[in-house]
Amino acid sequence: MNDTIAAISTALGVGAISIIRVSGSNSISIVNSIFKGKNLQQQKSHTIHYGHIVDNDNVIDEVLVSLMKAPKTFTKEDIVEINCHGGIATTNKVLELLLINGCRLAEPGEFTKRAFLNGRIDLVEADGIMNLINAKTDISRAASINQLSGKVSDLIKNLRNKLIEIITNIEVNIDYPEYEDIEVVTTKTIKPKIEKIHQELENIIKKSETGKLINDGIKVGIIGRPNVGKSSLLNALLEEDKAIVTDIAGTTRDIVEGKISLDGIILNIIDTAGIRQTDNIVEQIGVEKSIEIIKKSDLVLLLLNNNEPLAFEDKKLLDLIKNKNHIIIINKIDLEKKLNINEKVIEISIKNNIGIDAVLEEIKRMFNLNKIETQDLTYLSNARSISLLKKANENIKSAKENIDNNSPIDMIELELKEAWNHLGEIIGQTYTDELIDELFSRFCLGK
Amino acid sequence: MKDKYEVIVVGAGHAGCEAALASARKNHKTLLITSSISNIATMPCNPSIGGSAKGIIVREIDALGGQMGKAADATLLQMKMLNSSSGPAVRSLRAQADKITYPKFMQEILMNQKNLEIKEAMVEDLIVENKEVKGVILDDFTKITSNIVILTTGTYLKSDILVGSTRTRSGPHNEKPSLHLSDNLKKYGLDILRLKTGTPPRIKRDTIDFSKAKREDGDNKYYTFSHDEEATYDLNNQQPCYLIYTTDETKKIILDNLNKSSMYGGLNDITGVGPRYCPSIEDKIVRFSDKPKHQLFLEPESKYYDDIYLQGFSTSMPKNIQEKMVHSLPGLENAKILKYAYAIEYDAIYPTQMKPTLENKIIKNLYTAGQINGTSGYEEAACQGLIAGINAALALENKEPLILKRNEAYIGVLIDDLVTKGTNEPYRMLTSRAEYRLLLRHDNADLRLREYGYKVGLINEQQYQKFQIKKENIKKLITELKNTKITVDSEKKRIGISVYEYLKNPNINLKNLIDKYQLQLKYTDDIIEEVEIQIKYSGYITKVEREAQKMLKNEEKQIPNDIDYDKIPNLASEARDKLKKIRPLNIAQALRISGVNPADISILLIYLRKYYNE
Repeated sequence: MNDTIAAISTALGVGAISIIRVSGSNSISIVNSIFKGKNLQQQKSHTIHYGHIVDNDNVIDEVLVSLMKAPKTFTKEDIVEINCHGGIATTNKVLELLLINGCRLAEPGEFTKRAFLNGRIDLVEADGIMNLINAKTDISRAASINQLSGKVSDLIKNLRNKLIEIITNIEVNIDYPEYEDIEVVTTKTIKPKIEKIHQELENIIKKSETGKLINDGIKVGIIGRPNVGKSSLLNALLEEDKAIVTDIAGTTRDIVEGKISLDGIILNIIDTAGIRQTDNIVEQIGVEKSIEIIKKSDLVLLLLNNNEPLAFEDKKLLDLIKNKNHIIIINKIDLEKKLNINEKVIEISIKNNIGIDAVLEEIKRMFNLNKIETQDLTYLSNARSISLLKKANENIKSAKENIDNNSPIDMIELELKEAWNHLGEIIGQTYTDELIDELFSRFCLGK
Repeated sequence: MKDKYEVIVVGAGHAGCEAALASARKNHKTLLITSSISNIATMPCNPSIGGSAKGIIVREIDALGGQMGKAADATLLQMKMLNSSSGPAVRSLRAQADKITYPKFMQEILMNQKNLEIKEAMVEDLIVENKEVKGVILDDFTKITSNIVILTTGTYLKSDILVGSTRTRSGPHNEKPSLHLSDNLKKYGLDILRLKTGTPPRIKRDTIDFSKAKREDGDNKYYTFSHDEEATYDLNNQQPCYLIYTTDETKKIILDNLNKSSMYGGLNDITGVGPRYCPSIEDKIVRFSDKPKHQLFLEPESKYYDDIYLQGFSTSMPKNIQEKMVHSLPGLENAKILKYAYAIEYDAIYPTQMKPTLENKIIKNLYTAGQINGTSGYEEAACQGLIAGINAALALENKEPLILKRNEAYIGVLIDDLVTKGTNEPYRMLTSRAEYRLLLRHDNADLRLREYGYKVGLINEQQYQKFQIKKENIKKLITELKNTKITVDSEKKRIGISVYEYLKNPNINLKNLIDKYQLQLKYTDDIIEEVEIQIKYSGYITKVEREAQKMLKNEEKQIPNDIDYDKIPNLASEARDKLKKIRPLNIAQALRISGVNPADISILLIYLRKYYNE
């Protein structure tokens, strides 16, 4: 359980410094064994030391080493962080040395998991830190920091308070049915309150989904018949100086062709396999391949050729994207117009660099990117939290329906309690004696 | 040498009576020791049996083969179904009980019970050898041996009566307390807890002007706690209760004299923790100072004497202030107090020292039930007595104990709460303590528990046959309703639908349908009611059952007996202490311990997987 783990904790290839984090009871001694400088085992906690990482007598890198002893560390275990100055190759070499000398490679998120298991952070904070680690852009980082500060917890706690107020009132009516001076809650009296909670939840969910967008980015797929200019469009988009990374096969299941930062939001342009096999080789992208891309994408860009009449295949693609976020783009407007189409389109000429900006503007408009409030990012941005929020929202919705169906109030309360529990799960609080305590602190009861 | 008694029960309150009856009915030679035979099964506090959640406990006691429900049915003054306008899960019966005839009824049952002897004596110590109880020692040092001892001592352990600035070592109503038993339990290694409760004044009936009070009558429909017998009371001759409110004058008197109350400075050596749900009137006025008035009930105690119980007015003020307070109430301006209110402090054992069987973890073959375990209430006591009696008998027979689960009975919730969470105040059952309360209904107590009652031998063949027929009829009626099609108007269309489907509409009532469509269904009202509930709320019931299944899954994850919590790395120290003390049987129980966080459970699970290949 308490083995020592290590991992590179900065994104590879980004920035001049990479940090390797080591956590566990042997972290100091293991690092010390490959460190040339002061004896790390004799240094105070929370100090930084200059030295070299060595493999036997070969110097691998010039480094700064931060020492943090348990329990005042992120994982509540001894932590050593090695600041490497070299590139990917040397950083990898340092990590390799650590592994040889007794560390185990950390699983994704394992530091956070330890922090959580050791009681250092609660679930919301854990989620927030995960996002901080993944934060690739500034907006995303701001969202992560807000989440850490407990703003999200406050928001959820506030909603839970509203729910428990209704729940305890119902409970007290049940347990003390003859107390005439306690307000008797009826489905009528709680309906407006429940509607308000419903609205608030809807609001948070909406914001949360924007949050997810900020973290994960928007997946954009480009489809179209062969030779309409898909690869040119991709290159045109990437050639804008917004491109961050190109040609990296990501760790996600989707192969990402390139990433663009658009007002701080990442566009992940996803694999359009074969797109580079242009010119003489006929592409084999059939409708099936297009369907797959459409399925994976948050946004589909359909490219049509201005110089050719609408083909059978084009019609099919138009039909496929009907229920999806999409932009229809007509390329080659520098050539003679032979295309007739009765849809909202953006006309461009990649060759002459006309209209690319209009495409980007349209994407911003579609995803409300101009309106994202970077000042108040108090939403949850993690899939697990969002699903819990949605579950709670479903409970509230059925509570509303059941009120309209004249269900007894204690049945409606079932839904409210479940919603309360789901919200509790987000902040790591589930069923406790809270309810009973609330009951007695709020009402005057007795025999 | 063969022991003379197999089971000794100490104390003949509601817990003791059930424990002794269960053990004797299971053919074990049982001795019931009480300090006063005339006080068997008395009701020292409120004159009622049942109430919200508690009424369902009484039904459960009856379903398992206990006595309380039948005694209440036979002697009640008034019967009411509480929450009848709410959903079926929260309906619960309450009887105003007669404080003379109820104990008498119970005494006769006990006297006529085969295998049961009753002895008047005061128990002051136990015979304990090698952490195993072997009998009891009386105040005159007489030893009586037995295989098993069940302690149901109520509030009698080192009890003090508190009135104003006086503290008197005494049991309720001037009875003799047990002076040394709790110290002796401490000596054997048990942790002792000091609790406090109170009771209001009793008023002479004909000195009250009832015209100033609101009359509260019983229901005009027959109900019984019992599953076996018909109601015998006179529906039109039930005794009324009355509702009044405190006045500004009451509030002023209390605030002016607050420091004279035992709890507010009258006595400075009070350590007992009182229940939050049953505060004294001075507590209510201090804690809820913005409320102008508080509700009180005037309840008859018996047909055979004059006392009216002033529910909601428990206090530990001195007698002269009590006089003033009572006289400030509407209709009680000239009232005569027959018994003054008092608070009582008493010893109890920390209930986390028990197993879910109610056997003590430290002393083998010692069982405890009722107020000694930190609970409050006749019903809470009785059900523990019944379970302790059953499990004592099952232990003698070398059989698996009866442990009811939280999704099976309020009794299961109560015992699990006690042994898992413990309590710092007298524990009262509330519907809000039961997370699966939709399954724990008044109407289905027998469907949940009668099988267990039969299996342990407290339900006889005849009762069981009747129960089987009921189950059969429920099945038959459901099938019939599925097969009966009716035509109904739905959004201007006439559609054909089965009665079963149609009943899921919350606005539809089965009895009305039977009349309207002249359905030929020959079933008794209780069958019709049961089936209607099962159909109408099937959506909710399924939902709750799913939740219960999740809990049961965690209950299957057993924690080995020999687990050493000190060997588990990274457990938070609070969690480690609690786990060591409570030693939960499974993960579900561990999850319910307050102070044990989900993170601790993950660590525990990881440890179990690692070392026990779970």
